[in-house]
Amino acid sequence: MIALEALNVTKIYGSGVTAVTAVDNVSFSVRRGEFVGLVGPSGSGKTTMLAMLAGLLRPSSGQIMIANQEISAMKDSARTRFRGRSIGFSFQANNLVPYLNAQENVELMLRLNGKMDREGKERVRELLVRLGLGDRLRNRPGQLSGGQQQRVAIARALIHEPEVVLADEPTASLDTERANQVVRTFAELIHEQERAGIMVTHDLRMCKYVDRVVQMVDGRISREISERSEILRLAGAADAMDGSGELGLDVVNKPAGEPAVVYGL
Amino acid sequence: MAFYLAIKEIWRSRGRYLLIAMIVALITTLVLFIAALSEGLASANREYIEKLNGQLLVFQSGTELSTAASRLGRSRISELRRVAGVADVGQVGFATAKVPLADGQGEVNVALIGVEPNRPGEPPVMEGQQLQRESSNDVIVDTGVTDALGLGIGDKIRIKVTQGTDEQFYDLNIVGITDRRQYFFQPAVFVPMLTWDKIRPQATSAAPQGELVSNIAVIRVADNLQDPANVAAMASKIEREVNKVDVVDRKTAWEAIPGYAQQQSTLNTQRYFTFFIGILVVGGFFQIQTLQKVAQIGMLKAVGASNFTVGLSAITQIVTTNAIGVVIGAVGTILLVANFPDSVPIMLTGQAAFTAAASLMLIGPLGGVVSVFALLRIEPLTALGLAQ
Repeated sequence: MIALEALNVTKIYGSGVTAVTAVDNVSFSVRRGEFVGLVGPSGSGKTTMLAMLAGLLRPSSGQIMIANQEISAMKDSARTRFRGRSIGFSFQANNLVPYLNAQENVELMLRLNGKMDREGKERVRELLVRLGLGDRLRNRPGQLSGGQQQRVAIARALIHEPEVVLADEPTASLDTERANQVVRTFAELIHEQERAGIMVTHDLRMCKYVDRVVQMVDGRISREISERSEILRLAGAADAMDGSGELGLDVVNKPAGEPAVVYGL
Repeated sequence: MAFYLAIKEIWRSRGRYLLIAMIVALITTLVLFIAALSEGLASANREYIEKLNGQLLVFQSGTELSTAASRLGRSRISELRRVAGVADVGQVGFATAKVPLADGQGEVNVALIGVEPNRPGEPPVMEGQQLQRESSNDVIVDTGVTDALGLGIGDKIRIKVTQGTDEQFYDLNIVGITDRRQYFFQPAVFVPMLTWDKIRPQATSAAPQGELVSNIAVIRVADNLQDPANVAAMASKIEREVNKVDVVDRKTAWEAIPGYAQQQSTLNTQRYFTFFIGILVVGGFFQIQTLQKVAQIGMLKAVGASNFTVGLSAITQIVTTNAIGVVIGAVGTILLVANFPDSVPIMLTGQAAFTAAASLMLIGPLGGVVSVFALLRIEPLTALGLAQ
């Protein structure tokens, strides 16, 4: 079942001679229970695409449908309410409210949706315990490591049972071990709760946890990879290159057995 | 939600918010102190006139409502009494005298006020009895005199005046005590009019007067004419019917006291300037707060917090912090003022304190309004590191 669909979405910043096309006629969809990795080099338009999928930015043309509702046509106030109700977020930085502890940060989404009750509180606690934060419930973000903060953000993104979960570079400030732990948990929960998940990332090693990789270049989708073996090959090649930096996907076109060459884009 | 976020942040960052609350408290103290000083100085100037048991005061025309320059003789008083609608008229004379302290170590300045027994101008006593005769050694004193000299009913008060170049002493009997009725920063001694005329300081060259002359007259209008419109109409009527008099209400009279208006305007300017400083301080603090929280607010808006929630949360913080500061400042000022010596002309009345505190309650939101608008303009896109 399709949870999110982008139809011929274009975003142009500015006008006239200064106009810049950040996203150019992009169409794709994400099913419930599917975790998609949106990759590409800097300036490829993936963050702009994520902003439009999140209802934070209005497309210049095209449609974005979430749960059969066209969020691109909604008024600002309606989109804000829709985001609170139907979208879960995890950001690269400044993810959490600094003066709320871990439990309160997750409860925030229940409060925003008027669903904060005893049962909700218990669900928050259970989710955080499951994410290995049982002994960090009362800690504020400043007392948590980067990985712990990201796990709190994941819990916050999922606790209100949204249609779509969006993550913007969730591993950008984490070491390899913590990055793997965070994205693996994220993927598990998306599959288990049957949410539609999209993760924007530079780190191709994290693609081993997604079901499909969508690559953007110059505002367009240049490639989609859904074959599990190709995804693992891509992630493996990136792993060999230490995964960092802006890595290309040309490696997947190399014949098996040949040394993996990962081109920077 | 908005209140939850606002109170959580204040509590968890209480050191920072307490700091701004303390600054507001200091501003509150300054504003209330200036208000109290203003009221105290004003009261010390006008207390007797403010409490007069008459609605209108009559001055000699052309004296610009100066009690010192004005002269009204008995004949003029008789004319005033004949005006229809005038219930009663009392002559009042002002002079200054000294009362030597019992131990001989210094003197207390007093306002020597001549009044007619049982006529407007004579204050009601709280203790003892009213004056009985126009010429007697009986006096009423206000509590300022009894507090300063430790005198009571039945005691004698020695008045020292300078007649020409000679110092003369008069022993008068205290028969009544009234509440504080200072005039021109001096506690008051109320003397029967004829006695006042006899003992008031005079230059030797002063020509003998043919009739008893006072400085002003106090008019009590008929009971059915005591609303403000009728009182104003009576003032005009009296000025038409009696020659060479200016008739004004009490407020106009005390505002004409030399230096009164200038003093009050100076203090009011200070007070308004302090309000302005308060607005800038509160506004500056919350504006800096807003600038520090751009990413956090962007994130909150991205996850679904509305502008209403974010704005209400900010206003709640501003109002709460400001209110805490005002309460701390007000309580501190009340305690401070209560412990000031009587010699300091400072008076914190309930109304003045309430007006100042209410005004201060408004400066927080007024100062913070810029930061609230700044908050509303933050785009949720900032959560993704984007901005349009």
